[in-house]
Amino acid sequence: MEVVLNGTVANVDQEMNLWEFLLSKELNLETIIVELNEVIVKKQEWKTIILQDKDRLEVLKFVGGG
Amino acid sequence: MVDQLVIGDRSLQSRLFIGTGKYSADTLIPEIIKKSGSEVITVALRRIDFNSPTGNVMDHIPSGMQLLPNTSGARNAQEAIRIARLAKAAGCGNWIKIEVISDNKYLLPDGYETIKVTEVLAGEGFVVLPYISPDLMVAKQLVEVGAAAVMPLGAPIGSNRGLKTKELLKILIEEIALPVIVDAGIGKPSDACEAMEMGAAACLLNTAIASANQPELMAEAFGMAVAAGRKAYLAGLGRSEKYASSSSPLTGFLHSSIAEETI
Repeated sequence: MEVVLNGTVANVDQEMNLWEFLLSKELNLETIIVELNEVIVKKQEWKTIILQDKDRLEVLKFVGGG
Repeated sequence: MVDQLVIGDRSLQSRLFIGTGKYSADTLIPEIIKKSGSEVITVALRRIDFNSPTGNVMDHIPSGMQLLPNTSGARNAQEAIRIARLAKAAGCGNWIKIEVISDNKYLLPDGYETIKVTEVLAGEGFVVLPYISPDLMVAKQLVEVGAAAVMPLGAPIGSNRGLKTKELLKILIEEIALPVIVDAGIGKPSDACEAMEMGAAACLLNTAIASANQPELMAEAFGMAVAAGRKAYLAGLGRSEKYASSSSPLTGFLHSSIAEETI
């Protein structure tokens, strides 16, 4: 299946939850913010959400700004 | 009496707010904070670039700092509201700098959209600090809809051009009961000092420090300038006059007494 990750199509070969998917992207999970289909997903929910085909994920972090 | 700036539920000793953008390395930030004395710091929220992963700016901001995430990148009210909610969900607290910009040349803020965002977010319990053009009517409406302060620009963002909008800033300071924080365009410590002398509640700046040859030293200079300007405002500036007015007495001159004795 395919999901849209930060505006780019990404393939997901096997069923996995959101936490597993994020981990596979080698992210520091402590410092990121995740939105799934434009709804903010709390960290404690990441393991309970199974990714679905055509899901739209936004993975964000804080950067320097004025 | 201790002079404090109260915004939301926070009392601040320092009236200098600083940004975290444009530094050659985020590792400079702790020293910039220390030297500036600032207690409020802005950050931005962005998509992670999976092709070139970089660090997280939050790793360099000491706890105890008041975080002020901005909504930069938002082109309308809806996008700004979305970013604000994300920042809050990320544990950034409830302060938010509203920045709604659709003009990419001068980066001037959209007052109409900014008012809409402020109303929604203030209603949700955010402490809303909107970045605006120094427009009295926009500022008045922001007061009505629950802003915690207004942040008019001195000159376009990142331009280091100083207080080009000085006359309009003075009107806002005079007419708006909320703290007026001069944001954007401040290039020199003397600009910040002047804004504070005029009665601004605080200054927010980023580029002027980040683009200095020695950012840590410039941070210290800005901290001193803002504090000096504030003290001058509290002390009350003396009147300016067209003609000279001697500071020393105009009587008892030595030459006049010598002249009188000679006669």
